[in-house]
Amino acid sequence: MTDVLATVGYGLAIAGAVVSVIAASGMLRLPDVFTRMHAAGVVDSLGAALVLVGLAIAGGFGTASARLLMILAFLWITTPTACHALAKIARAKGLMPPEREQQETGP
Amino acid sequence: MDLPGHFNHYVFVLLMMLGLYAVIASRNLVKKLVGLTIFQTSVFILYISVAKVQGGAPPIAQPGVFVYSNPLPHVLILTAIVVSVSTTALGLTLAMRIKHAFGTIEEGALDAMDAEDEVR
Amino acid sequence: MTLFADIALLAFLIAAAIAILRKRDLFTIAMLSGVYGLLSAAVFVALDAPDVAMTEAAVGAGTSTVLMLATLHFVGREAMPPRKRPLLALIVTVAVGSALVYGVSDLPLFGDPKAPAHGDVARHYLERTGEEIGIPNVVTAVLASYRGFDTLGETAVILTAGIGVLALLGMLPRRQRREVGAEPAPHRDHTILRVVAKMLLPLLLMFACYVQAHGELSPGGGFQAGVVFATAFLLYALVFGTRRARAIVPEAWLERGMAGGLLVYGSVGVVTLLRGGAFLDYDVLAADPTVGQHVGIIAIELGVGATVASVLIAVFFAFADVDPA
Repeated sequence: MTDVLATVGYGLAIAGAVVSVIAASGMLRLPDVFTRMHAAGVVDSLGAALVLVGLAIAGGFGTASARLLMILAFLWITTPTACHALAKIARAKGLMPPEREQQETGP
Repeated sequence: MDLPGHFNHYVFVLLMMLGLYAVIASRNLVKKLVGLTIFQTSVFILYISVAKVQGGAPPIAQPGVFVYSNPLPHVLILTAIVVSVSTTALGLTLAMRIKHAFGTIEEGALDAMDAEDEVR
Repeated sequence: MTLFADIALLAFLIAAAIAILRKRDLFTIAMLSGVYGLLSAAVFVALDAPDVAMTEAAVGAGTSTVLMLATLHFVGREAMPPRKRPLLALIVTVAVGSALVYGVSDLPLFGDPKAPAHGDVARHYLERTGEEIGIPNVVTAVLASYRGFDTLGETAVILTAGIGVLALLGMLPRRQRREVGAEPAPHRDHTILRVVAKMLLPLLLMFACYVQAHGELSPGGGFQAGVVFATAFLLYALVFGTRRARAIVPEAWLERGMAGGLLVYGSVGVVTLLRGGAFLDYDVLAADPTVGQHVGIIAIELGVGATVASVLIAVFFAFADVDPA
């Protein structure tokens, strides 16, 4: 049972790491502030959740897992707020999302 | 050059030199202060690397653990971190005073003003 | 496995340091220095130093960054490029670096349990803390009891820095202090930010008290608690404005807190003298020496926490009051 828990847990944590790397590459390659914030938001919500839940499962059920889940709750409250504040300031300073180029053909 | 055994120490030297270069070569006073922070933190890394014992636990007594990392450098570095933030705060204050008194915190402009003062 | 994390974190640290060197925008440099502080806190965790990691994360990644941003508000964001060929800097750096590399190869290998650093003194502290002081956290025992005099000096240093900052900034043009609420708060229409900040503040303050009280049993103590406590007030000041923050924490309280903390620390030493022991020998504070140690450590940690929190809040208020015009 412990082995299954450990495997599942570490698997989730590695999945979270992969998601974070994808989000980081998105931040480098995407064109402007708002699309990059989409990428950063992925780390806030999905990447951190996978890593922390995976480690909590791998550690068994106890105070350590409870603390990890509380850290996750704290992260879920604070990091999207920071992302939102950034987006709001960017809009207030006049940055606009990029215009979609008009398609020549299509509906 | 035993790399795995001394990796932390070589990284310490590299970070310390990067910090030293920032302090000497930057012309902006705030950037010099950030270089000083890099320099100080590299020294902390050296001390904590020296304190680590292979297979040891953090120095908080737990039942059943007999090998701990050395707590003495940890205490020294705690003091050093507090002193470093005090230094940074005071340094930033001095930068603000210099900006108010001379209008700039660039070393080149300040040197030029000093040279002018000497000529007079 | 830890070695892998160690190598990765140190590589990131080097990348952050090189990025700081190459950037010219001071705002970016301030952000990078916050990243550098957080990465070094992670390195300290990987090196089995949770107390140090907590202090570095709170101070290097939190307070230092806020103070730097407050400075940039007054000083301006652009930095001039360095000299075209900083030859002297390169020569000095390479020379000192080579000498250090040559010296470092003589150090004992990383993690060697027979290194000279792990000599008699450290073993004495690790073995005798349980019976002489009776607390599990050996770092707090050494910091507060065995080397309590050093910590007294350190608290005096942070008080002196606070006094220095207040003295120097007192002569700069201050913003006119208007009535509380007369000026709109900086983020009046950021509802989400204000609501979340208000939610977090009691948690932060409670966590500060927890860290203060739990310093003997887990990583923590006066410094970390003081910094977290100050961070709560910094958060309030950043979101709701310094005017309202000053109304909550008047300057007089901060000044009394700064000096009072160090006074409490020194008084514990004087009380131990009056009771017949050496200066800061907590054994004489109660009938049972271990209980005396507990009383002494709690008292001085409170003093340290009060001074650190008051100094950081006062320094931030002083920085925030400087008129950028």
